[in-house]
Amino acid sequence: MRNTQQRDLVTRAAILVPYLWLIAFFLLPFLIVLKISFSQTAIAQPPYTPLLDIAAGWEGLKDYFAALSGDNYVTLFSDSLYVWSYLKSLQVAAISTVILLLTAYPVAYALARAPRRWQAVLVLMVVLPFWTSFLIRVYAWVNILQHDGLLNQTLIALHIIDAPVTWLATDTAVYLGIVYSYFPFMVLPLFAALERMDDALLEAAADLGSPPWRSFFQITVPLSLPGIIAGTLLCFIPIVGEFVIPDLLGSSSTAMIGQTLWLEFFGNRDWPVASALAVVLLAILVPPILFYRQREAGRR
Amino acid sequence: MKRFGTINLTALALGLAFLYLPIAVLVINSFNDSRLVTIWAGASLRWYRALLNDSAMLDAASVSLRVAFLSATAATVLGTLAALALTQRFRGRLLFSGMIYAPLVMPEVITGLSLLLLFVAVEVERGFWTIVIAHTTLTLCFVAVVVQSRLVTFDRSLQEAAMDLGCPPLRTFLVITLPLIWPAVASGWMLAFALSLDDLVIASFVTGPGATTLPLRIYSEVRLGVKPEINAVCTIMIAVVAIGLIAASMLTKRSTVSAQLGGRI
Repeated sequence: MRNTQQRDLVTRAAILVPYLWLIAFFLLPFLIVLKISFSQTAIAQPPYTPLLDIAAGWEGLKDYFAALSGDNYVTLFSDSLYVWSYLKSLQVAAISTVILLLTAYPVAYALARAPRRWQAVLVLMVVLPFWTSFLIRVYAWVNILQHDGLLNQTLIALHIIDAPVTWLATDTAVYLGIVYSYFPFMVLPLFAALERMDDALLEAAADLGSPPWRSFFQITVPLSLPGIIAGTLLCFIPIVGEFVIPDLLGSSSTAMIGQTLWLEFFGNRDWPVASALAVVLLAILVPPILFYRQREAGRR
Repeated sequence: MKRFGTINLTALALGLAFLYLPIAVLVINSFNDSRLVTIWAGASLRWYRALLNDSAMLDAASVSLRVAFLSATAATVLGTLAALALTQRFRGRLLFSGMIYAPLVMPEVITGLSLLLLFVAVEVERGFWTIVIAHTTLTLCFVAVVVQSRLVTFDRSLQEAAMDLGCPPLRTFLVITLPLIWPAVASGWMLAFALSLDDLVIASFVTGPGATTLPLRIYSEVRLGVKPEINAVCTIMIAVVAIGLIAASMLTKRSTVSAQLGGRI
């Protein structure tokens, strides 16, 4: 470092201001969640004013430490409702990520092979829908999947079904909504990986007598592996904590963890259990998040 | 020479149809005169007129736009500073970059819950300003990533030359750095604005009486089923976003579009 910059007030402030903001509004809130997850349910759930009580507990720091207990976590792991909810979230995330991979791959592949002058426009077209509101895109599916919606009408008109089928409030609808909402998140990393691929490799394989399907599985797929991994993580991580899609398209009997947390917080007003749910959810997601960060850092 | 066969064309066509069909259905339905979405009763602006009289919806739109404007502006200032900070070496940098990247993948239910518990702990009255703070916190991370992706590609020697010649840091930033990273800063603002307009989950947690954003309003209606008025609201929002994007793509170069993507993902 030849040019050792003087850390004068301006540079220091440039670092300090966002730093303090993030500590105040990201780190500190999370520590509070952690703390409340260890407190007794009764402390945070008085009959009428749960707000005041927590504030009082916050001030009586000593009382807080005295009252710490792992009860909420015991509840979490002994009640099959919560365990089932976590498993359900992981299952939905895993299955929909696989579906996303299988459906997005052909599209990403086609994008990567598209003529150069069309490529930018096509990529933009894939990306455009996700600038519109997430809620609107999920709601659009309610329009289509409802009892007398477009899907049932079309299927009846084509004589595939005789009577309307229930689509809403099913797992199928949840998968459809998730695949739809996360589609660009899968296409773009795959496209980025496939676009970098050298076509000469495929030509060489063909010249040496390799059939196209074999070249695909032995050359294209392995070379696109970074894109596959990035896309998988980018979809899997947020889908586990998804709330809006299962809430609007799914049924309450198949609650994912985001819904359970929501219900625990807004419905049952059990803040400590909701906090504990959040802590465990985060603990589940930390390994894939760290893995993803490490890969991204490694690429730079 | 790249070959673009029938299979590729089919994949692309199906993929794009999948992406656009639901939106198209929604837009078309919004012009349907019939309350029943199943029957096409001719084109009309009936639901758009109904919107004009829906004061709750108009209020929500106004709240959303104000929240989005304020939080995007604050997030752009903080996020740009954060991006500049990320190019420096300082003690606690690891924690700092962790706090920048974690919110990008953190489930919204957790971010929302934790911010609410903070606001409760410090006994702040919840409402408009708590939503602004929450959105600023989330979106500043996206801005930081977008701006940083521009900062790593630009020529630092210009900045260093200015400093060597005795230009004070603040002036160097305003005269040299800012003009160079301007497209990224602008697209960071747009991204923050769009994310704020979009957010439902975090706003649900940190909102208070009298501060209903548009997504909160739409959500409470949508839970009860499809309503033509909602189709109309959504169509307007889609149109606004589309116009904004076209305007932005005219103003900035295409390279920033990919920078935006890098940020959003």
